[in-house]
Amino acid sequence: MRYNEKELQALSRQPAELAAELGMRGPKKGSVVKRRLVKLVVNFLFYFRTDEAEVGRREGGPRAGVGELGSPDGPPIRLVCPQPVGALLLEHCRVTQEEPSGFSISFIEDPERKYHFECYSEEQCLEWMGALRRASYEFMRRSLIFYRNEIQKMTGKDPLEQFGISEEARFQLSGLKA
Amino acid sequence: MKLNERSLAFYATCDAPVDNAGFLYKKGGRHAAYHRRWFVLRGNMLFYFEDVASREPVGVIILEGCTVELVEAAEEFTFAVRFAEARARTYVLAAESQAAMEGWVKALSRASFDYLRLVVRELEQQLAAMRAGGCPPPPRRPRALLPKENGCAVWSAEPPAASTGTSAGARPGPERPPLPPRRRASAPNGPLDSASFLQLHEWYGQEVRALRGQWLRSRAQP
Repeated sequence: MRYNEKELQALSRQPAELAAELGMRGPKKGSVVKRRLVKLVVNFLFYFRTDEAEVGRREGGPRAGVGELGSPDGPPIRLVCPQPVGALLLEHCRVTQEEPSGFSISFIEDPERKYHFECYSEEQCLEWMGALRRASYEFMRRSLIFYRNEIQKMTGKDPLEQFGISEEARFQLSGLKA
Repeated sequence: MKLNERSLAFYATCDAPVDNAGFLYKKGGRHAAYHRRWFVLRGNMLFYFEDVASREPVGVIILEGCTVELVEAAEEFTFAVRFAEARARTYVLAAESQAAMEGWVKALSRASFDYLRLVVRELEQQLAAMRAGGCPPPPRRPRALLPKENGCAVWSAEPPAASTGTSAGARPGPERPPLPPRRRASAPNGPLDSASFLQLHEWYGQEVRALRGQWLRSRAQP
């Protein structure tokens, strides 16, 4: 399938919802864990190579979470090779806790094919799982319909009118699957 | 760059309702011809197929961060999807009617995840403010939250300021009705106000699904 790769690469450089260095293992049998800089931007999960020599590290050792790139309390993270190794579109994905500090992402069309991620703590693991579950367009759409409905019940007014988007088909309750 | 293309293809062809669909002509390249393709907009992805019945898309245009503009071209009803990234390709598309073109330009300019997230956060805040007690906050000037509408677009007779006009003299909303007591009593984790959105979402979602199921069944009865 053709896609606008340059635009996807540009997207990978946008501010992230969440970013950290995690252990990552692909879905193929026999694949090994590799350290990757994982970055959540809109409904995509990007993963970059980390290079010991070029990447600045925070205090706390090599397994310390990276957090936001260039966060104030740590040295800036510089990536020599800025293109991601890959990207995962997060629509219709399932996020499962595999170990206390590890989770997997799989997709609805092939639930056994899992991408594994290793975090440095259960706290970090749960933080990522929560963020990934909310990182789909479909989740956002359902949230919008939910809030719209709640506000409408309380006030009798449609809160989408002020945005001029109340008639859009994508925001109608009837669009939700039963 | 690796991409989970199989998942992408599934997203393109799954059962859920689409955000927009129709035939558009897509320009092959700078000096190339237009090809008629079946376009399907879902979320922030614009898929295009050889034909309506094709099982897999030929390609996808990831729309995040794009701007949509009308273009002057020999072909009628033409518009372009552009990106800030200098090396990114601009997609020139042509619709088959004025109405179709307007529909697509509108749908594509509001398709970004970012925009949707903005709206959701705004509604989230409104609801939280209402639950905390008191009248809903006066709606913020919506113009600040709308994506930049094309200043030069003349495709819509409806002035974008219409919505601002009606809310400028924002009447204080109706008295907020008291929350039905049964909701407070049945809150799953203590006071409703402190439950996280995700918890509330799941909990209300169950009720919404059940009610909807009932309603559908009652409609099905003769």
